[in-house]
Amino acid sequence: MIETWIKVLFDLIIIICLVSGTFFIFSSSIGVLRFPDVYTRLHAATKASTLGIAGIMIGAFIFLYFEHGIVSGKLILGLLFVLLTAPVSGHMISRAAHESGVKPWFNNKEQDAYSTYKEKTEQEG
Amino acid sequence: MFCHYIDFIDYILLIRAIVGPTNPDRAVALDAIGINLMAMAGLLAVMLLTTKFNDVILLIGILLFIGTIAIAKYLEKGVIIDRDVD
Repeated sequence: MIETWIKVLFDLIIIICLVSGTFFIFSSSIGVLRFPDVYTRLHAATKASTLGIAGIMIGAFIFLYFEHGIVSGKLILGLLFVLLTAPVSGHMISRAAHESGVKPWFNNKEQDAYSTYKEKTEQEG
Repeated sequence: MFCHYIDFIDYILLIRAIVGPTNPDRAVALDAIGINLMAMAGLLAVMLLTTKFNDVILLIGILLFIGTIAIAKYLEKGVIIDRDVD
């Protein structure tokens, strides 16, 4: 009797992990579609995807442990690898975009302030 | 079940990878597609009750990191491996 309730509890934990991970990955992809700039797209695609991968890997780890009795270290290793290397790749892509001259996105007020600041610095320098 | 959702948003990200205005946009879309492939492999391992996708997930992560850094160095310098003896 108590084994049935433990199984139900761990199924609930697995379902919560997988659904939250899928939701965060879905939101990151919607952000990559709808943001107006390279840097905001990187912000969406680097932070939310890491959290989504963490949820899905933890859910799969708990599922494999309670279904097959296997402690799979490869899933935790992949999670740690993504968690260490996704900010590095995001920083590399953003630095490449800034070096190759991609302009950041402004609204009108910031655009006017940026253009006046640029004219002032060019006159002074 | 969730694999179908992630498959659908992979096709959404392919639109950004084709119609990105600049080349770093395409690099961002490819990075996001690779992370979605890792998530698809994990959910498929849960769906099919198998343990054979664990190596695949780790391998996709490593190759994605190497490819992203190579693309970023190419966009920044124009050359990935310099042979200049400084």
